[in-house]
Amino acid sequence: MNIQHDILIVGAGLAGLRAAVECAGRADVAVISKVFPTRSHSGAAQGGITAAIGNEEEDRWEWHLFDTIKGSDYLGDQDVIEIMVKDAPRAIYELEHMGVPFSRTADGKIAQRNFGGHTRDYGKKPVKRACYAADHTGRVVLDTLYDQCLRHQVKFYSEHYVLSVIFDQRRCVGVITYDLATGELHLLQSKALLLATGGCGRIYKTTSNGFATTGEIFNLVYQSGIPLEDMEFIQFHPTGLYPLGILVSEAARGEGGILRNKLGERFMERYAPTAKDLAARDVVSRAILTEVREGRGIAGKDYIHLDLTHLGEEKITERLWEIASFVRIYLGLDPVYEPIPVQPTCHYVMGGIPTDGDGRVITDEKGSVAPGLFAAGECACVSIHGANRLGCNSLLDLLVFGRRSGLTMSQEISQYQHRPISADLLRETNERIAGLLGSPAGEKIDEIRRRMQSLMMDYGSVFRNGEGLKKGIEGIRSLKERYKGIEVRNKGKRFNFELTEAIELGHQLDLAEVILLSAFHRRESRGAHFREDFPQRADRYYLKHTLVFQTPKGPEVRYKPVKITRFQPEARVY
Amino acid sequence: MIVKLKIFRYDPKKDEKPYYQTFEVDADPMDRLLDCLNRIRWEQDPTLSYRWSCGHGICGSDGMRINGIAGLPCQKLVRDFKEEILIEPLQVFGVVKDLIVDLDPFFERYHSIRPYLITKMSPPKEERKQSPEEQHLLEEAIRCILCACCTASCPVNQAKETAGYVGPAALVRAFRYLFDSRDEALEERIALLDHKDGAWGCQALWRCTEVCPKEIPVTKEIGQIKKRIYDVKHSKK
Repeated sequence: MNIQHDILIVGAGLAGLRAAVECAGRADVAVISKVFPTRSHSGAAQGGITAAIGNEEEDRWEWHLFDTIKGSDYLGDQDVIEIMVKDAPRAIYELEHMGVPFSRTADGKIAQRNFGGHTRDYGKKPVKRACYAADHTGRVVLDTLYDQCLRHQVKFYSEHYVLSVIFDQRRCVGVITYDLATGELHLLQSKALLLATGGCGRIYKTTSNGFATTGEIFNLVYQSGIPLEDMEFIQFHPTGLYPLGILVSEAARGEGGILRNKLGERFMERYAPTAKDLAARDVVSRAILTEVREGRGIAGKDYIHLDLTHLGEEKITERLWEIASFVRIYLGLDPVYEPIPVQPTCHYVMGGIPTDGDGRVITDEKGSVAPGLFAAGECACVSIHGANRLGCNSLLDLLVFGRRSGLTMSQEISQYQHRPISADLLRETNERIAGLLGSPAGEKIDEIRRRMQSLMMDYGSVFRNGEGLKKGIEGIRSLKERYKGIEVRNKGKRFNFELTEAIELGHQLDLAEVILLSAFHRRESRGAHFREDFPQRADRYYLKHTLVFQTPKGPEVRYKPVKITRFQPEARVY
Repeated sequence: MIVKLKIFRYDPKKDEKPYYQTFEVDADPMDRLLDCLNRIRWEQDPTLSYRWSCGHGICGSDGMRINGIAGLPCQKLVRDFKEEILIEPLQVFGVVKDLIVDLDPFFERYHSIRPYLITKMSPPKEERKQSPEEQHLLEEAIRCILCACCTASCPVNQAKETAGYVGPAALVRAFRYLFDSRDEALEERIALLDHKDGAWGCQALWRCTEVCPKEIPVTKEIGQIKKRIYDVKHSKK
């Protein structure tokens, strides 16, 4: 089937839905999602959304700007961060007007809580900046935005899996999808295409990300000749529920929770004397794993305790209900009376598809634009978060840049007409699928995937070094060879998840290589990228963004400068 | 430990009628039932179909019947089962393939209750004020993840003659807006809910409340809708 829309949005999380709301009424817009929209992983966000609205105590956008830049270890582009923090209050009030059921202060305003790395007066002490709805903020915003889309009659293609992004003489003109329910392939044509597909945490063994967070869109873009930016910066959230890796929000520490080692010590005092448990996530994750390495993990294992027992049942029930329920369900513990076992878990990718501040995809270090192609949210790299994202800045990023992308697409589509698209494209994709379905007995998807996930944990997670990264790259390359002989045993058309997982795995392997290669070439430590062989930040050489291009000779690493406007790099101490 | 799962299988495009297939998985007691399903699909039968996404009870994808009771396999641990585990699709909705059901009618009904804030006055420059007490009224309802376990378990929805009932999930969302102090569409909402297939379709059989994976007091909230309808209509007279 050949379908046309002015604007297509791939991904129905917060960035995609916020963009859709912006486009509705201005253009013919449709949203494509591999899961049903309300199943999107934005719904798993717990803690809140930052904005310097100062409802609980004095706050200023300049402090939010500084904290975000410092949090990024000076790799975030300061011009776009300024756009975001200045727009934050508007973005919050707009959500409230749409109906988001925020928690409230005694005087009826939106309640705010502490979150890691967010401070008053340029780092002096923590500030309450995160606007929240208990510990299911992402879920209620996702529901509200979905409801707004229903109200504005946005068209949804649910359970449609994107197989390729199609270009006509460099201009992006749409996507080819696999309709899971029917097994049919569709060509969906667009004047503007927004990619808002989230992250790629499932490349790692321990992750807070859902099963759908596989990251194939990154590679579809990369394979089309567009570079990926800063992919070495992978955030490990300090507190994943042990051993599943499920997110235990920083809100737990924002509300007063304390990390303790096997001796019961509040060890963060040694690593971050001022911010303590509310230091930036990269700092806390390294501290936890250092404790574990030095033998102070709980019961000699690779986890530590998150202690909420002093908060009291009432506060835990009111503000941390979801977290408490996860602990009860998955560990059979009651966090009101017992500490929670936690370990760092792969959570967020700071890098992604390079964009400008309006969501336009950028194809090189000179700032050339890919016509018709936009990206927003976790899959995009604006770059807001640089080398490390602060908690609660991601939802803000999704809302601000989702909206800006929607606005820009609505304005720019008038320049374009749909062009006839060659039927060859659909035929080629059909043949590729037929090839996978016709594969003879061979390599097992699950085995290669597990091997990849272990390699990435061993060599590409919190602590890295040149030798390990080299081993990791070799390991991934040999898995890529094995992948060529992959077998898809399910020959059915409908809901063939083995087929989609086979396709995903191919993309994940390419992406894993880009991540490790970017990390190998950055011979310094910055934010979430820590090199044991180069433990210092080296601004003189590496205050720049990595760009990896796919070339006929293999991946090529290039760089582009960081935009610095107000704050020169300083030592980063919490 | 070895876990035995007896799973409902049916592809309406291929199979004359549904059948059951038994699988054995060597699982850790702390594994989720969802992990067992994934391993069956990865290691034994890649054609087994079900929905899943977040894996920890937030996205609402994997509603199904576990030993006859609707729930989320991502929230159930292997260690809590002793015997063979029976896995079947949710009731009320048509089977699309194996454990996947057609949720279109579920979302159509959800849509029918106008699930969004309706206001008449233009908003202030900053936020609308709402007291913590007013917000707390919604606190349980907004935990809903639209997994459809409640509606699929409701005997009213299951009975042919009353199948037009909008169902508990839609009513929880209706509650969330009806009792939101910021909403200004009381009369419209009452009109949408005040009929035999609306709030009055609920016979207070409590199945929804029993199965809700997010512990929402569904029946109680529907009861509060009924009371609100009654109060509004009687205060007019």
